[in-house]
Amino acid sequence: MSDPQSDNIIEVHGLSNVFGEQVIHEGLDLEVRRGEILGVVGGSGTGKSVLMRSIIGLQTPDAGDVRVFDVPVRSAKEAQMQAIRKRWGILFQGAALFSTLTVAENVQVPLREFYPRLSDRMLDEIAAYKIVMVGLPGDAGPKYPAELSGGMKKRAGIARALALDPELLFLDEPTAGLDPIGAAAFDQLILDLRERLGLTVFLITHDLDTLHAICDRVAVLADRKVVAVGTIPELLALDHAWIQEYFRGPRGRAAEEAVEAEEARNELAAQGSADD
Amino acid sequence: MSTVARCTDTIEDGRRVLRFAGDLTLARLGVLPTKLDRMKGRDFVLDLSGVGRMDTIGAWTIHRVVRDRGGTVVGASPGNESLLRQMAQVDQPVKVRPDPPPAFTRVLDQLGSATVEAGRTLLGLLAFFGAMLIGVARVFREPRRFRINAVVQRFEVVGVHAFGIIGLMSFLVGIVIAQQGAVQLRQFGAEVFTVNLIGRSSIKELGVLMTAIMVAGRSGSAFAAQLGSMKLAEEVDAMRTIGVSPMEALVLPRVFATVMMMPLLSFYAAIVAIVGGGIFCWIGLDIPPVTFVQRIREVVPVTDLWQLLVKAPVFGLIIALAGCFQGMQVEASAEEVGLRTTTAVVQGIFLVIVLDAFFAVFFTEVGWL
Repeated sequence: MSDPQSDNIIEVHGLSNVFGEQVIHEGLDLEVRRGEILGVVGGSGTGKSVLMRSIIGLQTPDAGDVRVFDVPVRSAKEAQMQAIRKRWGILFQGAALFSTLTVAENVQVPLREFYPRLSDRMLDEIAAYKIVMVGLPGDAGPKYPAELSGGMKKRAGIARALALDPELLFLDEPTAGLDPIGAAAFDQLILDLRERLGLTVFLITHDLDTLHAICDRVAVLADRKVVAVGTIPELLALDHAWIQEYFRGPRGRAAEEAVEAEEARNELAAQGSADD
Repeated sequence: MSTVARCTDTIEDGRRVLRFAGDLTLARLGVLPTKLDRMKGRDFVLDLSGVGRMDTIGAWTIHRVVRDRGGTVVGASPGNESLLRQMAQVDQPVKVRPDPPPAFTRVLDQLGSATVEAGRTLLGLLAFFGAMLIGVARVFREPRRFRINAVVQRFEVVGVHAFGIIGLMSFLVGIVIAQQGAVQLRQFGAEVFTVNLIGRSSIKELGVLMTAIMVAGRSGSAFAAQLGSMKLAEEVDAMRTIGVSPMEALVLPRVFATVMMMPLLSFYAAIVAIVGGGIFCWIGLDIPPVTFVQRIREVVPVTDLWQLLVKAPVFGLIIALAGCFQGMQVEASAEEVGLRTTTAVVQGIFLVIVLDAFFAVFFTEVGWL
């Protein structure tokens, strides 16, 4: 890339969002580093989605500075924004597939928009492998979103978000509504993509398993700002009531134990293969 | 380091060697895929040692050359090699487009499904009407089931809120009738009969018909959209599980309110149309209001009013039924709500006009000329 390789792909400083009487964010700071998977957690109504919308420019904040790929989103020119839009992919909470287009056509929309020179055959092939990549069955291509289940819609949404092989991926509750097997497969997919393509991921989730399994760092939203960012052990060392409640609650414990058990199994397997 | 992807084509040791350089990423590929497609020959050696970054689309470009025309990949970095392996894994048969049926069968298919659909809709509407009658019977047996608050609220939305627009529309229609009628009748020197035209057509046909069209557009569509989105949000299902009958809580108040409001609105529309026509007669034809009113009283028989009062509730019933029925048919998607709303209005207006024709014949036969 020609731009200076800054360490932070996203930088948010002093972000404020106010809806009428309700103050959602006040002086919020957040940085997302290149190549990391950042999980964003917070109670309902703490403005996780609003934060994402502020970063991608769908929501004009009342104050603050948002930079994505070192471009200030609020004051960027349209051409600059188009260049950024080529480099990110976004999965909305409800997948937001275009209802009048088939799954394959949905995947092709960003490709057609930004790369009109690709041949139809190439477009079809790209759509086909993206569909397989996100774990959709082979007959899903010509289906319309209305014919898909919630989980399949999510996958199709991810396929569209990945259409341009973006450097930055925004995911708003990607595993909500997926069965545990599908959610685990999704975690693996994100890890694979990160490894192969050096993806940076901004991930809003409530799924503790996902947090433990794939997030490098976790940002905690509370009291109208990001109260802490760090790895899960770092967060656990903090004395913040909500964080303790969140990760130490019965569900948090179970997820932690699952990860520990998995690691123990891997260790055993590694020993086993070493013995051979 | 960002460089546009390049490909050089050489022959070494009797084999075609394609040497790639630069970044094989979507943004840098340019016309490379098309160029590779046009390239003739088989069994290449693809040398990727000069390749920097590669994304899945770049990897796919390489993969499809190997897949379609054979070849060996050499010199790929470990990361790129694993990406290529992954591409081979996800290369599975996938249907991208629906297979189009042959044109002839497609036409037959559409014709058939349209016929079946029309029959089904008619039956459904009839069944819905029946279900509604059962609901009415239940309300009669247990009057406490009647939701008076909901009905009054509908009165306001269907009736009171419609006064402005229906009044304006009728006033203008009255003027147009008077003006057009006067122009034609003048040729026979029968300008004075404009009053007959205004009075009879307004009360007998135009008042009720125009009101029906307006109510179908305002309220029939609203019913379909409301019930449709409630159905979509599973509100209707929630209602059923709590033991509230959607027929009683949603459909009956709407139907009842429309049936009650239609005669009132139609009568109001007819009167306003006559006022509009009267003003035109006064200004354009020098017929003073007193004379106009007197003439109206002489030429409009009371049976015209009976016709209005018979037709209006029936039309209201049809419009509300079509709206509620279509709304309750919504199942899958938000898109369907829009489609159903359109259908509700089209069906409502169509049925109203068909019935109006029947009424015209019927009233003539019974002597209400």
